[in-house]
Amino acid sequence: MNGPIEERRQHYLNVNYGLKSWLLTTDHKRIAWLYLIVVTFFFFVGGLFATLIRLELLTPQGDLVQAETYNKLFTMHGVTMIFFFLIPSIPAVLGNFLIPLMIGARDLAFPRLNLASWYIYILGGLFTLAAAAAGGVDTGWTFYTPYSSIYSNTHVALTVIGIFITGFSSILTGLNFIVTIHTMRAPGMTWFRLPLFVWAHYATSIIFILGTPVIAITLALVALERLFGLGIFNPELGGDPLLFQHLFWFYSHPAVYIMILPGMGVISELITCFSRKRVFGYDFIAFSSLAMFVSGQSVYASMIFSLLSMLVAIPSAIKVFNWTATLYKGSISFDAPMLYALGFIGLFTIGGLTGLFLATLGVDVHVHDTYFVIAHFHYIMVGSAVMAYLGGIHFWWPKMTGRKYPEPLARLAAVIIFLGFNLTFFPQFVLGYLGMPRRYHVYPPEFQVLNVMSTAGASILALGYVLPLAYLIWSLRYGAVAGMNAWKARGLEWQTPSPPPTDNFDVTPVVLQEAYAYDVDEPEVIYASEKAAHV
Amino acid sequence: MSDFPAIHAHQFDDAAQQHEASWLGMWVFLATEVMFFGGMFLGYLLYRTTYPQAFASASNHLDLWLGTINTAVLICSSFTMALAVRAAQIGQKRPIIIFLVLTIVLGAVFLGIKFTEYHVKFEEHLVPGSAFAYDGPLGSSAEIFFSFYFAMTGMHALHMIIGLGLLTTLVVKTARGRFSVSYNTPVELVGLYWHFVDIVWIFLFPLLYLVGRHLR
Repeated sequence: MNGPIEERRQHYLNVNYGLKSWLLTTDHKRIAWLYLIVVTFFFFVGGLFATLIRLELLTPQGDLVQAETYNKLFTMHGVTMIFFFLIPSIPAVLGNFLIPLMIGARDLAFPRLNLASWYIYILGGLFTLAAAAAGGVDTGWTFYTPYSSIYSNTHVALTVIGIFITGFSSILTGLNFIVTIHTMRAPGMTWFRLPLFVWAHYATSIIFILGTPVIAITLALVALERLFGLGIFNPELGGDPLLFQHLFWFYSHPAVYIMILPGMGVISELITCFSRKRVFGYDFIAFSSLAMFVSGQSVYASMIFSLLSMLVAIPSAIKVFNWTATLYKGSISFDAPMLYALGFIGLFTIGGLTGLFLATLGVDVHVHDTYFVIAHFHYIMVGSAVMAYLGGIHFWWPKMTGRKYPEPLARLAAVIIFLGFNLTFFPQFVLGYLGMPRRYHVYPPEFQVLNVMSTAGASILALGYVLPLAYLIWSLRYGAVAGMNAWKARGLEWQTPSPPPTDNFDVTPVVLQEAYAYDVDEPEVIYASEKAAHV
Repeated sequence: MSDFPAIHAHQFDDAAQQHEASWLGMWVFLATEVMFFGGMFLGYLLYRTTYPQAFASASNHLDLWLGTINTAVLICSSFTMALAVRAAQIGQKRPIIIFLVLTIVLGAVFLGIKFTEYHVKFEEHLVPGSAFAYDGPLGSSAEIFFSFYFAMTGMHALHMIIGLGLLTTLVVKTARGRFSVSYNTPVELVGLYWHFVDIVWIFLFPLLYLVGRHLR
């Protein structure tokens, strides 16, 4: 298979070696790997906290940890997973790797800024890890004042500074994406030929740019209040703790779309490739990405949470309908990425529809702050976002590494994750409906059966997450050589060798068609090298 | 290698594309900055409408003269910055350096005056925290005013300090002959940044020093 000529070909992985060539790289593909490694680390750190939470909830009594420790566990689980895994995961890993490849550019517009954002992310992560090591923080990931600013005796300032710093990593990544998508598209790559993955990242980047600075200054004010006694959120001086909540959710509600939009971009690519069909309603999906951004933003401006949470359902539903319409009469194959994509659609639908329960005021009074809410947002953040992330990693793994992962194991892992996830979180809907409140380490004995089910599911889920870690690392060395276009997909990123050369394309491609031309037999018709186009 | 400095990085097709990308990047960054300061402006407006008398009374403790002089200094620095950008666009090396240095001097004067103001506030116990002391019944709300005063002007001063660092590197780069008629993007972009920081002050000055002053 691996001929001597293939062996000698220069690509971004073998162009030079050594730790320094990685830590000082400005190649977007290598920076994606740097992110992948650290993001994976934080995923398992956050998972460790979750494990301890589920172990404590195995019994109704507080026998494993004290109440204070439990508060710290769920806080640090939330902080790690949201700010250090979910927000950077798809944009910083897959987006970083794929956007230049998908639009036919040699790199992002600002490669050094891209590397700088990784270091900023690391610095923020170190602050937060230091806070965890020093004894943790117990405010909940939302840092509500005045508890966070005055009363909490834990390491709020350190954690908040860590998140503040990491925010600038997101801002710079978003800035880089926006400028790259605007100015560096290859000849013929018009806006409406852009893959939906790129559209999703464009919308996400706008939220990064406009939302993140607001939470940065808000958390900075909390830190200043703790360290120097500023009184902006201090009710003793007439300050308003609610102002903090509004400023916090100005970012954190759109942040839900930061976490889910890139995943939707991934799913749009997977569904089309594995049903061998042009995506249904390209324009609708592209614009529904931007619509989500708009309906997310104005939630705070107008305080009509209920109505706007309902409105968010419309672009979400548009996407789900378009994906299912794409499947209709498609020639579907069930490779591992497709299993993740189908899992995503199902879990996202459940997560989305239960969101409507919460937006309906009458029901919300009943299930507010119960495990119903926990189950709802885990269906979106884990059931959807993590599924999309894993699906994307599997789909583009041959492109990133030049190797194939073991398909049967991967399908098994996808099924294990789907089953484990549902066993973990579906009982929590029931628990919430029956009235179990969130954020307590003890509960009435009648809830034990459902909690044991949930913890059992979490164990299965953990197995499902460790499995890909193992076989993907294995495949780096022992996987079959993948070749240029492992899935016979039509996107521009598949028209360059795997792994791609440092400059991505040997000749700047000229784009003649959009990325979903599955009705065309020969991909050569879609792209031409510059020379061919001039002839 | 040719005699000309590398005018565009490898990821760009040509210098025009690089210029467009850098330009857009700076504007996007400024949009972020607007949102960054926007959070504090929102908080200010909210409390100003909640405690109008305390804010009016507290704003009388700010030094109107020093604030006015500082506004003038900053506007002059924007003028010299604009002249530096123009000099860069027509490729005159000495004027670029002169105007950049003038901008740096004016920026430093601004920070010096600001520091004097902070020092006076510190001696008058108007810095929020345990040492805060304020005559009159509106003390606690006045502390919120001074919280905003220090947070907003402090964040602005931080941006000034970063700007001075950027200007200094520009002076060094200009002296080394890095800029020409065909390549002067960094001067233009730092100019944009400097004008932005200036405009933030143009909003801060009336909001903190002027509005409601007559109400006492």
